[in-house]
Amino acid sequence: MKLHLGVDLGSTTSKAVLVDADERVVGRGITNTRANYDVAVEIARREALTDARLAQAVTLLGADAGSVTEAFWITADLLRLEALRRICRGAASALPGEGPRLAPAVDVILARIVDEAGSLFSAAARGRGSFFRDIVGARFHALAEEASTRAGLDFELVLGVYDRAILEAENQVIDAPFLDIFVAAVDRVGLEGARKDGAVAAGRAAARVELELVGFVGTGYGRARLPFPRDCIRSEILCHGLGAHAMLPRTRTVLDIGGQDTKAIQVDERGLVTSFQMNDRCAAGCGRYLGYIADELSLGLHELGPLALRSKRPSKITSTCTVFAGTEIRDLMSVGEKREDVLSGLHRAIITRAMSLLARSGGVFDELTFTGGVARNPAAVAALHEMVAAHYGPRVINVHHDSIYTGALGAALFAHRGVPADDLPDAKECHGCSA
Amino acid sequence: MTSPMTTPAAPAQTVDELVEELEARFDDLDLGRIRAWKAAAPGRIAVGCLPVFAPREVIWAAGALPVFVRGGGDRIETIRGDAFYQSYICHLPRSTLELGLLGHLDALDGLIFPNTCDVVRNLSGVWQGTFPQHFVRFIDPPQSAEPASAAAYLHHELTAMYRDLCARTGREPAPDHLVRAIGEYGEAMRAATELSDARRARPWDLPIDEVYLLRRAADQLPPLEWAALCRAYLAAAYRRGNKPEDRVRVCLVGAFCEQPPRPLLRAAEKAGCYVVDDDLTVGVEPGGPAPDLAVDGDPMAAIVHAWLRATRPSAVRFDEHASAGRALVARVHACGADGVLFAAPSFCDPALLDQPRLTRVLDAEGIPYTAFKYAENTGQFQAIREQAGTFADSVKLWGTA
Amino acid sequence: MTKPVASGTASVEKEPSMQAQKELLAGYFAGLARAREERRPVVYTFVPGNLVELMTAFDVAPVYPEVNALQSAMRQRSSGFIREAERSGHSEDVCSYVKCDLGMLAKGNVGPTGESIPPPDLLLLSFTGCFTFMKWFELLREEYKCEVAMLHVPYVGDGVVTDAMRAYVVEQLQREVIPKLEKVTGRRLDLDRLRELLVRSRRAEEDLAAVFRAARHRPSPIDAYFGGVYYIGPIFTSFRGSEDACRYYAQLRGEVEARMAAGHGPITPDGTLTEEKYRLVIEGPPNWTSFRDFWKIFYDEGAVAVASTYTQVGGSYERGFRHDPSRPLESLADYCLSCYTNLPLPQRSQILADMVRDYEADGFVIHSVKSCNSFSAGQLHMLREVERLTGVPGGFIESDLVDARYYGQANIKNRVESYLQMLGARRADASLRAPVAAVADRPRYHLPVVTP
Repeated sequence: MKLHLGVDLGSTTSKAVLVDADERVVGRGITNTRANYDVAVEIARREALTDARLAQAVTLLGADAGSVTEAFWITADLLRLEALRRICRGAASALPGEGPRLAPAVDVILARIVDEAGSLFSAAARGRGSFFRDIVGARFHALAEEASTRAGLDFELVLGVYDRAILEAENQVIDAPFLDIFVAAVDRVGLEGARKDGAVAAGRAAARVELELVGFVGTGYGRARLPFPRDCIRSEILCHGLGAHAMLPRTRTVLDIGGQDTKAIQVDERGLVTSFQMNDRCAAGCGRYLGYIADELSLGLHELGPLALRSKRPSKITSTCTVFAGTEIRDLMSVGEKREDVLSGLHRAIITRAMSLLARSGGVFDELTFTGGVARNPAAVAALHEMVAAHYGPRVINVHHDSIYTGALGAALFAHRGVPADDLPDAKECHGCSA
Repeated sequence: MTSPMTTPAAPAQTVDELVEELEARFDDLDLGRIRAWKAAAPGRIAVGCLPVFAPREVIWAAGALPVFVRGGGDRIETIRGDAFYQSYICHLPRSTLELGLLGHLDALDGLIFPNTCDVVRNLSGVWQGTFPQHFVRFIDPPQSAEPASAAAYLHHELTAMYRDLCARTGREPAPDHLVRAIGEYGEAMRAATELSDARRARPWDLPIDEVYLLRRAADQLPPLEWAALCRAYLAAAYRRGNKPEDRVRVCLVGAFCEQPPRPLLRAAEKAGCYVVDDDLTVGVEPGGPAPDLAVDGDPMAAIVHAWLRATRPSAVRFDEHASAGRALVARVHACGADGVLFAAPSFCDPALLDQPRLTRVLDAEGIPYTAFKYAENTGQFQAIREQAGTFADSVKLWGTA
Repeated sequence: MTKPVASGTASVEKEPSMQAQKELLAGYFAGLARAREERRPVVYTFVPGNLVELMTAFDVAPVYPEVNALQSAMRQRSSGFIREAERSGHSEDVCSYVKCDLGMLAKGNVGPTGESIPPPDLLLLSFTGCFTFMKWFELLREEYKCEVAMLHVPYVGDGVVTDAMRAYVVEQLQREVIPKLEKVTGRRLDLDRLRELLVRSRRAEEDLAAVFRAARHRPSPIDAYFGGVYYIGPIFTSFRGSEDACRYYAQLRGEVEARMAAGHGPITPDGTLTEEKYRLVIEGPPNWTSFRDFWKIFYDEGAVAVASTYTQVGGSYERGFRHDPSRPLESLADYCLSCYTNLPLPQRSQILADMVRDYEADGFVIHSVKSCNSFSAGQLHMLREVERLTGVPGGFIESDLVDARYYGQANIKNRVESYLQMLGARRADASLRAPVAAVADRPRYHLPVVTP
C-alpha cells in the first residue's frame, strides 16, 4: 500500500504518522529518545511502519485483536529488554573493582522486570503515554534500592550501570522479523487451534504487504538543521494547524502548550493557518515549568493536575518564570498557603499566559482544540475552560487523546496532498526514505 | 484674588468610615459614582485623562469632569488587553485597554492622551480604532525651553480643547468658567498641600495606603468636594494620636504613571519606612505655582504660564536646566527624608533612564537610596519587603545604604 | 534543490553606487575625526527631524548617535558597549541604542570605523517621533556639559498637521535653534545658502523616491528594506543637500532603472535574486547585530521587501514629501512633523495598507523591536488593522535593534518560514484537492481488510 509519512521532531518526543491514499491514519510511532535527531526519526518511523503492519494483521482477529496487539508490543519490549540485559552485563563487567559483583545483581533486577513485563508494558501503560526508558527506569530504580540494601551493594553504582546501558538499549534497532514477533505474541496470548491458525495466517498476510513510502514531510521546531531534505520540511505551525483540524474538523483555534514553547494558531475551514503567535523565547508557562514545579514539590508530573483540582481557593501567582518558580512556591508555602492552592494558582498562571497569546493571535473561536503535553493535565484544562468562558463566552474546547501526534499527522497530510510550497518539488519524486 | 470659596462641610466621620468609602470608590471599577455625577444635571460629560498631566481647569471649566485613568492595577485580569502589546512594554496600556474592553470605561465620553511617552502616545491611536464611542484627543504639552513659542502653542491647544469640550457640554466657552475653575482647583491644591505637609509631619497618623486612596479619589472628584473630603480625613486622622515609630523616612520616586499595587506600598512601610513624599499621583497635585490671575489677567494665559513655571521636575518633561538631581536633593531635605526608594515599572523608559542621573547626584550628596522594579499587577512582595527592610536597617545603623 | 538566489558566484557583483555609498560613509567618519582640528563645531542630532540643511548652512559637523549605534552593531561591537552601560547602572529594560552610545562613550568614544567621534559643542534635540531622544540627550548633556537646543515637534496625534503646530516649530527654529547655532558657530544664518541646500535636497529626494517606486515593478529590482537601509544612508544623515548626495542618488536611480528594464531582481549578499516568490511590505526597524543572517532568512525563501516603513523615518520621500526652498523654515518644520514615527497609529496602518495595495504585496511582516517603543507599542493592533484593511495576513517577528541577546535566529527563521508557507499554502489553495472527509476518531486497529 502507498503510504505518506509525516515526522515531527518535538523538544522531548519524536512522532511519526503514516496515512494512506484516503488520508486515514494507518500507523503511528513515538519515541522519547535523547539520542540525535537522525536516530529519533528512524525509531519513530520504524515503529509507525510496524504499527501499520500490525494493524493489517489484527483487523481479521475479531475479539482477539486487543490481546494480540498488547502482546505484540510486550514482545517487542521484551526484545529490547534482552538487549538491555546484554548491554548491562557488558557494562558491569567492564567496570573496574566492583564490576563482577554488580553484573549478576543487575541481571537479577532485569530478570524481575522481564517477569513483570506483562503489566509494565501493558496496553494501559502505553495508553498513558509511558515510554520504555521511563517504565524500565522507574522499576529498575525501585528494585535496585531493594537489591542494594539486601546485597550490600552501592546503590549509585548499580544505577550507574543502568544509566550507561539504557541510552544504547533504547536506540537499538530491533531487527527481529515482524512475523516472528507476531507469532510469539500469539503464543503469549495462548491462542490455540483454529483461532491460532487464523491469527498466524493473518500475520503472514500482513508480513507480505508492501508498505511503500511515496511521500514524506518532516517538521519540528526551529532547529538550525532538521535531518530532512530541505524540500521535505514544512513549518510545524502549519503542520500543527492542519493536523488538529484533521482530528477535529470544527477546529478554528489551536492552543499548543509544549515542553518549551506555546503556540496559538488560527485555522480556516480547510485547516489552513490564517494567523499565529508563538511564545518561544523562554519556557515560562510551558511544560518544562510544570516539570520544575513537580521537582520542587517532590511530586510526579501526573500528580500535579489532580492535586491542583482539589483547591477551593487558588493562590495568586503572577510570575511563571521557571527561574523563580521554586522561590515563589517556597514563599507561598512558608506563609501558610496550601499545596493544592499554590498548584491551582500555578496552573491558572500558565493558562493566563496562554490566554494572552491566544488573544494576540486573534482570539478564541469555536472550536478551540488544546494540544501538547500540558493538555493532559486536568487542572490546566479546567483553568482553560474557565478563562475562555470568562473572556470569550461559551466555546467548545476539545482535548484529543492523540493530540501528541497532531504535528506528525499534519505533516503526513501535507505529504499526501503534495501541496507545493513554492520550492517543494513534486512529492512523487521524493525517494529519500526507505521502510 | 477670588473671593473665598465655600467648601461644603463634610459630616464628621471616623477615619475608618472615610477610608471605607475611599476604598469603595477605588474598587468601583465601573465608575458608578461618575455615572451618578453625570446623571445629576444635564449636559455633564466625563473625560478620561491618561497620566501624567491633564489640563484639569480647562476640562472642568467646560462642564466636564476630568477622570484620571491609571490602569487596572491588580484589580483585573488582563487578557484581551494583552493582545495589543508584545513583551517589553509596560503594563499600563494593557490593563487600560482591558478596562475599556470590559466596559468599565463606558461612563466616560472621551479620553485625553498627553504625550507622556511613546507608549501612552501610541495608545491614543490604538484607542481611536478600538472605541468609537469615545472621542479621543491628543495633547502635546510643550517641552520647549523657549517660553514665548511654548506659551503661544499651549494657549492655542488649550483654547481649541476648551471650545471643543464646551461644544459637547453646551456651555459657552467664556472666561468666567475658567476663572471659577482656577479658583476651585486652587482650593483643591491647597488641601493637597495640607495633606502632604501633614504626611511629612505625622506619617504615623497617616498611613501611605490611606493617603494614597485619598489622592486617587482626587482623580475623579470635583475639586471642592475633594478638598472637603481631604480636610475631613485630616481632621479624623489627627484624632488618632498614634505613636511615632522608629522608621526611616523615604521619598518614593519613579512611580508616577503605572501605579504600584497597594500591597506594595504597604509592604514598603511595613518593612520599616515612612513614605513621606512621592510622585504617585503627579497631575492631581501642585507641581508649582497655581495659575495667577493677578499676574496674567487672561485666565487661559494664567493656566499656560502655571504650566510653564512648574517647578517640580518630572521624568516626562525636558529637564531644561539639568536640575532634576538638585531638585530631588532639595525635596529630600525639605521633607526630612533619610533616603530615596526608586520604584519604576518594568520597561518604563522615562523612569529608568532618569535613575542613573538622579542616583549620581544622590551619591555626591551622600543620600542613601535603593531601587526596584514592579508591575501594576505584581503579586509577590517578599523581595521588596526584604529589600526595603534591609535598606531601612542599614540607614538606621550606618546612615547609609 | 532550487534556491532563489543565483549561487556559485565567487564574488558578488557590486554596483558602482554601492561602492560610492561605502566611500561616502567612510569619508563622513574620517571627516568627523578631523572636525576639531578643522575648527568645525560639532552638533549631535537625530535622524528623525534631521535638520541637516540648517546645520550645513552653519558649516557644522553633524553626528548621529543612532547611526553610531547601528554601525557599531553591524561590526559586532554593540554588545560590549551595552554591557558597559548596564554595569554603570542602566536597566536592561531600556533602549539599547542609548546604552550602546553611552557604553561607547565610556570606552573612549571610538566610533564604528575605529576613528574617534568628537564630543559635541551642541546637542540639537530634535524631539520628534521618539520620546526616548529626550532622555538620551539629557544623559549626554551630563557627560559632555554642553548646550542643548530643544526642538519640540508636536506629535500628530489627532491626524492633522495644524498651522499652530507648524508655527510652533518655526518659532522654535527662530528663537531657540538658530540662535544657539549662531552662538556655537559665531556666524549668522545665511538664508540663501539654506535655500540652495534645500534645492539640492529636493533633487536627491526626487531620485530616491523614484528608486523606491521602482519596486512596483515585477520583479522588483530592489529590496526596499534590507537593500533600502543602504539607500537611505546618505539622505538621512549628513549628505542631504550636498552635491555628493545628488550624484549618488542620480547614479543609484540609473542603476535601479536599468535593473528594472532588464527584469533583474535585487542584489543580495549571496547574489542576484533570480526568483521573486513573495512580495512583502515590512514594518519596523531591522536588527543590526545579525543583519546579514536576518536578510538571508528572507531571500533564501525568495521573499523581497517591495516597501518598508523604516525607510521613512528620516523623511517620507516615497510618499511625496519634498523640501521646499521657497519657504525654508516652514519646510523644515513640515519635514520634522511628517517623519514616519511622528505619525499616529491609524495613519501608519493606512500607510501600510496603501503600500500593500500599491506595491502588489503578497503579505506584510511586522518586525517588532524591544528597544523602540515608538515603533513597537501598538504594533499588534496595527497587525489586525492592516489585515482588516487589506484582507491579507500579516506576519509578526520580534527581536531588537542592537542588543544581540534578543535576537534568536532559529526563532525568527521559524516564524518567517511559517508565515511564508502560510502565504504559499493559501496561494496554492486553488490547486488543493477538495477537502478530504474528516479523519474520524476511530480506534487505531479497525482498518479495512487488505487482500494479501
